[in-house]
Parts: sequence; structure tokens; C-alpha cells
Amino acid sequence: MDSAYRKRLIAIWIGIAAVYLAVLLLDMTLRPTSMLLTVLKKGAIYSLVAVSMNLLNGFTGLFSLGQAGFMLIGAYTYAILTMPGDVKTSESVYKYYECFITFDTGVFIGLVAAGLMAALFAFLIGWPVLRLKSDYLAIATLGFAEIIRAIFQWDVLGPVTNGANLLRSYIDLTRVTLPFTDIPFPPTLFVFMVSGICILIIVLLINSSYGRAFKAIRDDETAAEAMGINLFRSKELSFVISSFFAGISGALLAMFQYTVQAQQFKSMMTYEILLIVVIGGIGSISGSCIASFLYITLSEWWLRGLDMGTFLGISAPSLFRSGFRKLVFSVIIMVIVLFFSRGIMGDKELSIPRMRAAFARAAKRMRKEAAG
Amino acid sequence: MAGFFHDNLSYFLSGISVGGQYALIAIGYTMVYGILRLINFAHGDVFMIAGLVMVYLSASLPFTLSIPLVIIATVLLGFVIERVAYRPLRSAPRMSVMISAIGVSYLLQNAALYFTGGLAKVYPSIPGLSDTVVIWDATTKIVTLVTPFLTIALVAVLTLLIKHTKIGMAMRAVSRDFETSQLMGIRINSVISITFVIGSLLAAVASLLYFTNYASVTPVSGSMPGLKAFVAAVFGGIGSIPGAVIGGFIIGICENIIRGGASIFGIPGTGWTTFSDAFTFAFLIVILVVKPTGLFGEKAVDKV
Repeated sequence: MDSAYRKRLIAIWIGIAAVYLAVLLLDMTLRPTSMLLTVLKKGAIYSLVAVSMNLLNGFTGLFSLGQAGFMLIGAYTYAILTMPGDVKTSESVYKYYECFITFDTGVFIGLVAAGLMAALFAFLIGWPVLRLKSDYLAIATLGFAEIIRAIFQWDVLGPVTNGANLLRSYIDLTRVTLPFTDIPFPPTLFVFMVSGICILIIVLLINSSYGRAFKAIRDDETAAEAMGINLFRSKELSFVISSFFAGISGALLAMFQYTVQAQQFKSMMTYEILLIVVIGGIGSISGSCIASFLYITLSEWWLRGLDMGTFLGISAPSLFRSGFRKLVFSVIIMVIVLFFSRGIMGDKELSIPRMRAAFARAAKRMRKEAAG
Repeated sequence: MAGFFHDNLSYFLSGISVGGQYALIAIGYTMVYGILRLINFAHGDVFMIAGLVMVYLSASLPFTLSIPLVIIATVLLGFVIERVAYRPLRSAPRMSVMISAIGVSYLLQNAALYFTGGLAKVYPSIPGLSDTVVIWDATTKIVTLVTPFLTIALVAVLTLLIKHTKIGMAMRAVSRDFETSQLMGIRINSVISITFVIGSLLAAVASLLYFTNYASVTPVSGSMPGLKAFVAAVFGGIGSIPGAVIGGFIIGICENIIRGGASIFGIPGTGWTTFSDAFTFAFLIVILVVKPTGLFGEKAVDKV
């Protein structure tokens, strides 16, 4: 390990620590309902699911559209497991059903179980589906997500899933405490920590020999197979891991929202995540994260005015009415898809030398323009 | 046996009718896939937009004007989508075109959400189509009876077009081999445009029939029929028009049989409607695994 590399690594870790410290400070000082904190939380959750989708679509070349289904499994598993036992036996949530599961677990077990459950489903689904190619795989995974949604709303499973009714009163973000104490855990920091650890694991995976196998499959299946990579096993591994993290992000989303209902996890949600991945750049982890925060900030905060009647000081209630924001948004997305198909980052990662080079180029261009 | 049919006739009737409507949408998918190898995710939303345009036009115009206008508007929409969102990506990887299709679907749904304000719009009742009739004690609308015949008539015309005209020949050539047909002097772009025009036209007709039965249009009411029609196209063998029609009818009928599960199979429960949606996708996966080429699809040879 040469010293330049080590220096860069230290710089990265210091940068990450600074981000977490800033999040902790914001968590301590701002009101819990402030827009900035909401955006940060949701952005971190979407970063995780976008990165997990990127692992499949960008690094393994499997065009899967099942993300919403796995998020649903994660959200439900988490909600059902962490809901206190006395709430489950009372009538406040399970109104029409006798709840089948009467025990409850902590947050950590809930999160891990959410991931494992999604991974288990992915393992089973992967058997038939991963033999399919490109667009057939896309439509089959989309179909599976719909089947999962139907199963979770099925009234026969009501004693477990509460049928089509919503789940609430489980341990949400405001009720997370520091381990072995009653001190509340700073909610935004919690989301950042869980997402951060998961994304770190994905990054490590991509840089391992497994990750190189995934990329080989993406670039040329036949060549990869000839080099001795077991195609099916690698694809299944990538699919299961991606779903594991999608399940955890689903659980985080459930924590963030306070209530969860199967209806919410439609194919539209998968499309949104896919579009985030595309905006960030297919095959770039940092791109997915940047795009998630950008997407959430724009849609939840900065472009709010487009729905509310006034935007940038222009008041036009008949034009800027409910839904206009999403319309503007989808036009922007189409422009990105058509003209900037490489997204923000392409397949590159954010790095300090590259940023410095980009700044240097920009400065040189400006100097040239000033001179000429 | 006769008693069983008599009791459940309404399910069978609506199965055949919905099946015909799926068949019409499925043709749009199968033709586009046959030529561009693209799952046109926006096709279901084009169908939904046709429904909405009808709602708005019929509010001020008589049906004799609004129906042709709806068909023209839908055809234009299909043409413009291909021109703007798919043509610039002709040489791009297949995945980018599919992402573009998903983007268009997102755009159309959000546009519909904006213009309708998220409310379900009541579909006008078209005289002649939405009148009720009673067949063998089952009450239904005329449209249920009209749909299968209209579907078969349109498909017959389309088959003649593809088999016996110059443009039809060009279409077959392009779907067989994109590059070679280009070298043979076929204008690829116009062939693709015509494919989209035909697909959208059939989607417009399907929307007239479908929404007359369902009576309201919402921004998401195109996505489910769209996906199901795609399944029908896969089942019939993607690229094959008779396959899409047969697939459409089979999916429609099976779905309605499951929807009526409480009385047909004698198992009570309220989950049957939800399950009829899940069935379609389970069916899709079974087909893809067991016979990926579908009923009439051509065998694809993978070359290294």
C-alpha cells in the first residue's frame, strides 16, 4: 500500500466522519419535523435501495424490476416483528384478524430479519427467473413484485399481514433507543448509520472477487462463463444480496413512515428507483447516492412550490396545482434519459483527484475564454 | 352442467369480452417487440390516455365526432412517442430504450394525474355500446357481445394487411432482420412509425370497449391491462399476431374464472379478485420458464 493511496483513504474516512458528525449536529439542533431532516432521512433510505438496484442493474447487468416487492417484504417483516406483543393481541391494529405472531423483537433483529426474508424470497424467485435474458427478466421480476403484493393483501394471510389494512404502532424512528438504555437514538443518524453500513458492505462486495465476477458477467456472459465463472450461481448471489439490502431499506422506509401498507409498493415505485439509478449513472455507487438525495430534495422540498401555487416568487395557482411538480419532474427525467444517458456520474465514482482534475479543466477553460 | 354455466355465465361473458380487449392491446406490444425488440412499457398508458381524451372530448362533442377524434389523437400520441423517445436511441443499447419507455410511462401517468387532479373520471356511456341486455338471465352490456366480433374482424384486416401489402411485407422483413432489410432499401423508420400507428389505433379501439365496461378512468388504469396484455403477447409467442389474440382471450377468460372463484370453485373468500391479478403474472413466469417462445413464437437461436 503506497503512501498516496493511504493518504487518500484517510481523507475519505475523515470526510465520511465529518458527514456523520454534521448529521448528528443537525439532529440535535433542528426541530425533528424540519424539512432538511426529513429529506436527509428519506434520501438515505432511497440511496440504499438505489445502490442495491445498481448492484443488479449496473454491476451484474441483470435488468430486474422487482425492487418494490422486496422492499414490501422487508417493511412488513420489520413491522410485524417489532410491533409490541400487547398491541398485536389487542384490537387496535389487527381489527379483523386474530394475530398469529404474538412475540416481538428489537430493532436490530427486526432489520436483519427484514433483509433475510427478502433474501429468502429472492433466492426462491431467482431459481426460475434468473435463467431469463434481459427484458424477459425485467417483466418476470416486475410480475413477481405484483404477485408478492397480492399475496400480502390476501385475506387468508390476514392473521400475519393484517390483510389489506395498514400496520402501525411498531418501533418507528422516534422510538429507537440507544442499546441497553432509554435514551432516544438520533433518528437521522440512525438511518444514516444503517444505510451507510449497508452501502459500505455493497462497495466492499463490488471490489471483491465476487464483484469482479459480476462485472465480467455484465460485460460478456459467454466470455465470463468461459473463464470459469458459474453464471447462475453468481447471478443468484447478486440477486439475493441486492434483495437483502432492498429488504432493509424497506424496513427503514416503514420506520420513517410510521405506517405501512402493501398498496404503496406498486411498480411505479420500482420505476422511480430505476430512474434515480439512471440519473446517478448506471454502475456508479456514489452517483446513485447523489441522485437519491437530489431526487428527494427536489421532489419533497425545492419543487414543492410547483404544487402549491407559487414557485420562485411566481404565483399562478391555475398552472401550479397539485401534480405539476411530478409532471415537471418526469419531463426532466425524459431529458436526462434521452440526452444525458450517462447520468451525473456515468460509471465513474466520486473521488478527490477526479474532482480536482475537473476543477482544473474548468479553470483552464475559463482562463482561455478570458484571454481570447 | 348447464346449471353451472347458467349460474356463472356473467363471469364467462366478461372473460371473453375483456379477453378481446387484451388481445387488441397485445397486438401493439407484439408488433413493436417483433420489430424493435422493445417492451413498450408506455403502451398501457397510451391506452389510458385514449380513455381520458374520450372523457374530455365527449363532454363537448357528439359521439360521431369524438370517437374518430379519439382514435386520431391516440395514433398521433403513439407516433410522437416513437419519434421523440425511441428514435434518438435507435443505436443505443437495448436497456436504454427500455428505460426511455419506462420514462414515457412515468411521464404519461404523471401528466394524466395533473390534468385529472387525481380523480377518477366517469367514462361517457356510448349509445349502442353501453345499453344493457339480458342473455340467459345474465345481465350484461352490448359491448360485451360486440368486443369478440370486432376484435376478430380487426385482426382479420390486420392479417390481410401484413400478408398481402407491400408495407406488410416490409414489416415482416424488418422483424426478421433489422440490418439486412435496411440494406435492401426498406425505410426502417417509416415501417417502425407505421407499426406504432397501428398499435395505437388498436389501443384506442380497445380503450373505447374497455372503459365502456368499467365506466371510469384513472391515471393508473392503463398499467394493469397493459401488463396483462403483454403477458398475453408473451404467451402467444412474441411477434405473432394470432398468438397475441389467442393469448389475450385465454388470459381474459382465466382471469375472470378466478375472479368468480367464490362461486365457480365453491371456495368462499374475498381475495379472489386480488389473486386474479397475481395469477396472470404467475402464468407469465410459468410460460417463460417452460416455453419461452410461447405458443406460436419462432425459436430464437443464440449465437456466440
